[in-house]
Amino acid sequence: MTPDIALILTVDGLANGAIYLLAGLGLVLIFSVTRVVFVPFGDIAAFTALTLAAFQMQRVPGTIGLVAVLAAVASLMELGAAVRRRSADGLAQRLFGYGLLPLIPCGLAWLIAARDVPEIVRIPVALGLALPMGPLLDRIAFRPIADASVLVLLIVAIALHFAIAGLGLLFFGPEGFRTTALVDGIFELPGGLVITGQLILMMASAVLLAVLFFLFFERSLIGKALRATAVNRTGARLVGIRPERTGVTAYLIASALAGISGILIGPSTTIYYDSGFLIGLKAFVGAIIGGLVSYPVTALGALFVGVMESFASFFSSAMKEVVVFSLLIPVLLWRSLALAHGGDEEHEELDG
Amino acid sequence: MNAALRPLGILLAAGLLAAAPAALSTFAVTLMNYIGIGALVAVGLVLLTGIGGLTSFGQAAFVGVAAYSTAWATTAGGVSPWLGLPFALLTTGLAALLIGAVTLRLGGHFLPLSTIAWGISIFYLFGNFEALGSHTGLSGIPPVSIGSIALIDSRAVYWLIWAAVGAGALFGANLLDSRQGRAVRALRGGPVLMASVGIDPFRTRLVIFLIAALYAGLAGWLYAHMSRFVSPAPFEIKPSIEYLLMALVGGASHIVGALVGAGLVTLLKNWLQDVLPHVTSNAAQYEQIAFAVILIVIMHHARGGLVPMLTRFLPRVRRAAPVGTDPLPRRTLPERGETVLVVDQAVRRFGGLVAVDKVSFELKAGEILGLIGPNGAGKSTMFNLLTGALRASSGRIAFLGQDITRMPQRRIAALGVARTFQHVKLRPAMTLVENVMLGAHLRTGAGWLSGGLRLDRSEEARARADAYAQLARVGLADKAEDLAGNLPLGQQRILEVARALAADPVMIVLDEPAAGLRRKEKEALAALLSDLRREGLAILVVEHDMDFVMGLVDRLVVMVFGARIAEGEPAAIRRNPDVQAAYLGGVA
Repeated sequence: MTPDIALILTVDGLANGAIYLLAGLGLVLIFSVTRVVFVPFGDIAAFTALTLAAFQMQRVPGTIGLVAVLAAVASLMELGAAVRRRSADGLAQRLFGYGLLPLIPCGLAWLIAARDVPEIVRIPVALGLALPMGPLLDRIAFRPIADASVLVLLIVAIALHFAIAGLGLLFFGPEGFRTTALVDGIFELPGGLVITGQLILMMASAVLLAVLFFLFFERSLIGKALRATAVNRTGARLVGIRPERTGVTAYLIASALAGISGILIGPSTTIYYDSGFLIGLKAFVGAIIGGLVSYPVTALGALFVGVMESFASFFSSAMKEVVVFSLLIPVLLWRSLALAHGGDEEHEELDG
Repeated sequence: MNAALRPLGILLAAGLLAAAPAALSTFAVTLMNYIGIGALVAVGLVLLTGIGGLTSFGQAAFVGVAAYSTAWATTAGGVSPWLGLPFALLTTGLAALLIGAVTLRLGGHFLPLSTIAWGISIFYLFGNFEALGSHTGLSGIPPVSIGSIALIDSRAVYWLIWAAVGAGALFGANLLDSRQGRAVRALRGGPVLMASVGIDPFRTRLVIFLIAALYAGLAGWLYAHMSRFVSPAPFEIKPSIEYLLMALVGGASHIVGALVGAGLVTLLKNWLQDVLPHVTSNAAQYEQIAFAVILIVIMHHARGGLVPMLTRFLPRVRRAAPVGTDPLPRRTLPERGETVLVVDQAVRRFGGLVAVDKVSFELKAGEILGLIGPNGAGKSTMFNLLTGALRASSGRIAFLGQDITRMPQRRIAALGVARTFQHVKLRPAMTLVENVMLGAHLRTGAGWLSGGLRLDRSEEARARADAYAQLARVGLADKAEDLAGNLPLGQQRILEVARALAADPVMIVLDEPAAGLRRKEKEALAALLSDLRREGLAILVVEHDMDFVMGLVDRLVVMVFGARIAEGEPAAIRRNPDVQAAYLGGVA
């Protein structure tokens, strides 16, 4: 391998790593606030890319049906809960939030789907369709068992991925799509290295979003509330923070991150209905490097995973996935050695 | 289920299974074969996940390792399938040991996440190895033969598969009711208690992980020689989740649950494959959605699975108390008055905080020493240094002349130190007597195999008799077969004392044993401790309850802000101005 190739691989890897970085931040955010390892994160990203691809082909995206189905299920669950409680307190508000609000982006998407509208309209609508997915999945799958152990939540999250990946195939079909590049242009750096505008956009967006993310958590009141919930749910409740509401906020932010990841990755990779799983898992490898708690280490870990993947695919594209996931083993070993001195009690109960 | 009805139930089930091939169509028998293979994997998962609390999303990969191993050995290597079996188990076992050694130290959610990762890695490896036929797989695998009869027909393989399921289920059930099985059942709830009774939690996790993988390996071997063709698809992550579903649907903490779950999931899958193509062209997708939704609904509404939902209406098996069995042999205690524990200038720092600051004291056999001090004085830290739960930053702690300052908890426990916990650490789903038997772990030696094969019965009977004797001693004999979780808190503390005594200790250290006890219970506890003192045990008590301590102990050590400020007989301590200042705020 020449230094030139190494450089190209590194840049390519960093661009992919930027996507894993955004996904990793979303995963750590949801895990720290709700203790859910949100496996379907990658699915939301993939679905957003497929939505944009459908818009570009002037077709009606399957996401509309998917979001509508989720909204209907969530509304039915709210009605069921109200019947069991024998009280309609706050029901109207919740039905509005879970049943009606998600239909707004659906309507917009339906309006622009078959028309030749500029890209600048399509992208926000595709993102708008991604937004309700996180909170809806939360309401349907995780809210009823919010107090269960991390393990139970994880089993549900993995099952949820398979359920919505199955729905994804029904709504999107088996074909893979690539969206058209968001920006054109090729830049030649001194030394002969060529970088596409797309790669620069991916990296720049990741950096910008990571900075915004940091500012949001350090400076804004909602960000502080989220951090407080992450540190101690009971304590947060005592000072007037509602864990459910912060949960919804976390899922909204994560959905937005997933949507942006999907938009960014769409032009550089062919996305299928089930591509999300691997995107999510690779982001996990990054997040696990950060111990599922540290944002900066997660960011570094995600970039590292991207670069490793890029080099691995150069040497043996078939073994790419094996290399990336085998990478997890030394990482886990290192983390377990770090953990070995903790020796805290865990209470992992399946039937608790 | 009554204890006498149990063998009857097993016989009935075996009889039905034996008669099944005669009554069923060939297709149904084939289906039964798939159920059997799923059940074997699920039994392993019940042991690993349901009982041990370790979730694996990679079990299908182990099935695959075994299936490919035997396929390769019998096609490329040309050996008999009977030699393929040990080879398959060997490779599966090695893979499990390797993966387990790396991942099993991880807590909670890291482990299941890592199982996804290695499960996917192994799956991709299958598809990319030329020698393993890449994505097309290996075909022409010979059937298993018994003598000159080749088990080709699905009715013939049926016997082999269900004999394996029967043996596997029995082994698993036996194992759970043995010394190592109790260790597995104690895994959930954390490693601190386990180390204090001398069990290595990591080793226990590793072995149960290995055993679960070997169940999957046996299933993989059967699968390869039943279908006589292997390709990567059945070993990816979706089948892994199906296996997990089998274990969870049936009831993750029951061996029978694995069989029920395997049956239900396989039948449901078959039914969906029959019905869905009539309504949709995307049958496989709806099947996947249905399975995922069922799993979510189970997790929402029936986390314990179906079998516990049914068995809770049946009375629990209550065993009879042992009669006429000798308890376990006891060690010889040191002479009364001999010094057993020497703490010399022990220091423990947490960052800048000095929790224990150059504390020294001694404890003799046949003596009760009280360790008192206001909240935050460092008593619990001192306690943890003695038992090895924490390591001293400097100083020296010796027990029976051996330096235990840097010794792990398990080895300290083996030397004869037993303890109770301030926050009671029991296993609520185990009976009182089983909890006490955990304490006797180091006095017994039965291994995994002898437990599973039921070769441990005489030792088990003695350990049981011993545990009953300890329960009688603390006054809980009449509740021996109740679940520990049903006891009131005060009695849970007493139960911890019985567990500590089951270790046949030289020294017991009790962390606030009188907290939450009623007056009568306190008096009984004090009487018990006095008896133990007379027998020559060394006893260290950390306690807040002054009445309890003053009337009981021979000497007191008083700690304030990590330092020892006084030591002496109770009456002298009461008059000590430093102690009065510490407790009353310096006005005296």
